[in-house]
Amino acid sequence: MATVLPATPRRGRWAELFLLLIALVLAFMAYAQVALAATGSLPADMTAYCGGFTGLVVAAHIVLRWRAPYADPVILPMAVVLNGMGLAMIYRLSLRYEATGSGNASIASRQLIWTIVGVVGAVVTVVLVRDHRTLRRYTYTCMILGLLGLVAPLVPKLGTAAYGARIWIHFGPLHFQPAELSKILLTIFFAGYLVANRDAMALAGPRVLGLQLPRFRDLGPIALAWLVSLGVLVFERDLGTSLLFFGLFVVMLYVATDRPSWIVIGLLAFAGGVAAAYKLFSHVQARFQIWLDPFNPEVLGRNPGGSGQLVQGLYGLGNGGLFGTGWGRGRPDLTPLAFSDFIVTSLGEELGLTGLLAVLVCYLILAERGLRTAIGIRDGFGKLLATGLAFALAFQVFVVVGGVTRIIPLTGLTTPFLAYGGSSLLSNWIIVALLLRVSDGARRPPPATSEIDLTPIIASEQERRAAAKVADGEATQVVRLS
Amino acid sequence: MNAQIRRMTVLVVLMFLALLAGVTWIQYAKAAELKARPDNTRSYYQSFDHDRGPIIVASGQVIASSTEVDDDYGYQRQYANGPLYAPVTGYFTVLPSSTGIEWAENQVLEGTADSLFWSRIQDLVTGKEPMGGAVELTIDPVAQQAAWDALGDQKGSVVVLDAKTGEILVLVSKPSYDPNLLAAHSRDDILSAYEQMEQDPDNPLYNRAIAGNLYFPGSTFKLITAAAALESGNYTADSELEAPAELDLPNSDHKLTNFGDSSCSSTGTMTMAQALTVSCNTAFGQLGMDLGQDALNAQAEKFGFGQDLAVPLTVTPSQFPQGMSIANTAMAAIGQYEVKVTPLQMAMVASAIVNDGRLMEPHLVRTERDANLSVIATTSANELGRPISAETASTLHDMMVAVAVNGTAQRAAVDGVTVGAKTGTAQKDADHAPDVWTVGFAESGGRSLAIAVVVEDGGSAGAGGTGGTVAAPIVSTVLKAVLNR
Repeated sequence: MATVLPATPRRGRWAELFLLLIALVLAFMAYAQVALAATGSLPADMTAYCGGFTGLVVAAHIVLRWRAPYADPVILPMAVVLNGMGLAMIYRLSLRYEATGSGNASIASRQLIWTIVGVVGAVVTVVLVRDHRTLRRYTYTCMILGLLGLVAPLVPKLGTAAYGARIWIHFGPLHFQPAELSKILLTIFFAGYLVANRDAMALAGPRVLGLQLPRFRDLGPIALAWLVSLGVLVFERDLGTSLLFFGLFVVMLYVATDRPSWIVIGLLAFAGGVAAAYKLFSHVQARFQIWLDPFNPEVLGRNPGGSGQLVQGLYGLGNGGLFGTGWGRGRPDLTPLAFSDFIVTSLGEELGLTGLLAVLVCYLILAERGLRTAIGIRDGFGKLLATGLAFALAFQVFVVVGGVTRIIPLTGLTTPFLAYGGSSLLSNWIIVALLLRVSDGARRPPPATSEIDLTPIIASEQERRAAAKVADGEATQVVRLS
Repeated sequence: MNAQIRRMTVLVVLMFLALLAGVTWIQYAKAAELKARPDNTRSYYQSFDHDRGPIIVASGQVIASSTEVDDDYGYQRQYANGPLYAPVTGYFTVLPSSTGIEWAENQVLEGTADSLFWSRIQDLVTGKEPMGGAVELTIDPVAQQAAWDALGDQKGSVVVLDAKTGEILVLVSKPSYDPNLLAAHSRDDILSAYEQMEQDPDNPLYNRAIAGNLYFPGSTFKLITAAAALESGNYTADSELEAPAELDLPNSDHKLTNFGDSSCSSTGTMTMAQALTVSCNTAFGQLGMDLGQDALNAQAEKFGFGQDLAVPLTVTPSQFPQGMSIANTAMAAIGQYEVKVTPLQMAMVASAIVNDGRLMEPHLVRTERDANLSVIATTSANELGRPISAETASTLHDMMVAVAVNGTAQRAAVDGVTVGAKTGTAQKDADHAPDVWTVGFAESGGRSLAIAVVVEDGGSAGAGGTGGTVAAPIVSTVLKAVLNR
């Protein structure tokens, strides 16, 4: 008698542990080298740092074994190594600032605390969100909270402006960039909203010039997103966030509906908005001038709003060359905000082109794993959520690294995991947690045959909507009715 | 939706390819251009913020070194005995204008020279702080100090060459400056020190040995005139030259006279050897006119006039004027009119004479070494050319020995050493006493040295100073120091 044994799928937890150890060793070596270059001896807190960081990461690993045993094994190590490199560079800069009094030396200890908060936040997210589909219940709650987060910095007394952008809010001593969390909340909202309405948005509407245009009333959400991004651009002077939200929304809309017309409409609308902003606002004009002609003495010398920071960043990259100066041996501290917006040029200076390419490839792997998760997960909400989160991460890296390398105009966005900043670290760790959660669902083997619910997944539009209300077992593919 | 997600994956990959291309463009293709930009303070701090290698003189004495300090620049450059070696070391300044060996050997001292590639790789692997290489010079510190002391408070220069190898053993320029003042880390301090040096009427920043304003060679140029005559094949040391008390210069009111308006010879003629011994102006003026300016110019060029030379400091080419009238040719033949030379050039002339007609390329760097002082490059003796035949060299050699034994350069003599020399007293203008010269050589124990000494404005003797009385004794003192006597 033949018995059919279910194949045990590879969970990859041991592979994850192995990769985590490599990530930790890299982070510790960087941390040690920074202090060796600056003071000639190991950091005073080397043991505590290694022990604490290892404990934190191993704890996260154990929680994954317990709560998400099928989660993608590459995502966590990539986040750890990026976070570790960021910590080493921020520590390196803080030593320099301490020695010369030229900057805030407390950034390293704060970033360390925020790393702990971030990883704990990720663990809590994985534990609390047992199934990503539960998030869909909070679609509109997320929208409201997300939009509130975007506009909160505009509230007098609560919001503060720094470096020309009004994107911070503060409660007593705590400063927070709410847009970072809004990124997650709005991704959940987009995913929930689009999965419910995508059929209508995908199928109805006239065809013009080979493009199937949406119906006028379906333009509502994209118009709203456009207005909000423009509002962010105009009132908070935050080009980066504006670009990120709009790009994220357009991509999710396209993935949900498979209609390139959304991308065309989105690009045209964004281009129109930027063109209008360029005409109306001098700071937008200045950004373009800095982008196109940073070495022009007039642009270089202008203060504020000159290209000095960008040029210093380019000099840093040039100074690094192929192999870099080595940890602690360059002069990244000459670049303003070398620990946040320009941390990529700081790393490029000390680790060289080789090191910077490795960092970029880490991001690419992280994003690719997220997108692979999106393909693997079976429900539409999960697909959109994972696509949105992975794309947001990749797009954010593109906007900020593209900005400092003059591929696109420089806009202020934090570099995920690397840059100094609590809101950014916490929200990126939550993104990692959500991707881990979705990937656990994607890689988990289907339940044994007897447990499969044999009700048809799709029959008609009405049934599909009814099924959606149950919020379970979302359809994988939509039958096209046209 | 999977098809769209795959397309988005392609989009993400394309975005990252753009980033990878962007950083590669900046960090690989454009890196050198970015580093070279004048406002790039990074390259500028970078060149200070590492252990720049030392400059060492022949006995292993360190004359320039870097010590770690706690400021933005990381290291402080220090010059032991700064003014003595300033014309050699130059200075390494935070203003973008280093000079001397600091400038010429910058890549070795900084550790970025191609020859240091392997030691950089080693540093990369072992994680050692990259250090600059060392530069060992040919300068003989004892002789350098002796020359410095012998010049005393007088302005001028001393150059000594090893005639067989071209090594520069002494290179003194006075007055000098303290390079430590220009290696300060405060721009304001440097600028005020530099301004003071630049406005000093004695021009301490001039490197009189190889550059500066150049000097009239005066009668020392007669060596070249004599060389041209001997090389023409129509003259020997014993050829009788006309030596009137006054030489009429064609198409000119000017008459060429001898030193102190004396007559060289009671008979009106004398041999070339005798003419050189007493430095007879009229005899060499006439000889110059007979040879013609082209022959003189050709001979001067063979000795190095008008040629670019780097030792590796840039040497200002000495000048022999073109298109002269016959009268001026006579003046040029005795080293007046617009003939201008560096002391190094005149030492080169003497070196070819003592080295059988072979002119060796002068150089200051003996070895380049890595941070562990292992030799990575040695400067080998290189023949620049043969400006005169061995016979001519031998003839001139004997004529110069005669000058040191019986003639104007008797004070250049050193006991027990074959010394040859030629003095010069170069008229400048009515307001200044003449610049006085002695150019010569010494042979002892298998060594051949060439020396040029110039003292400005007659030195401490003022208007009464001559090459024989002021410069020749310095030659003797310096030769003794070099030869350890």
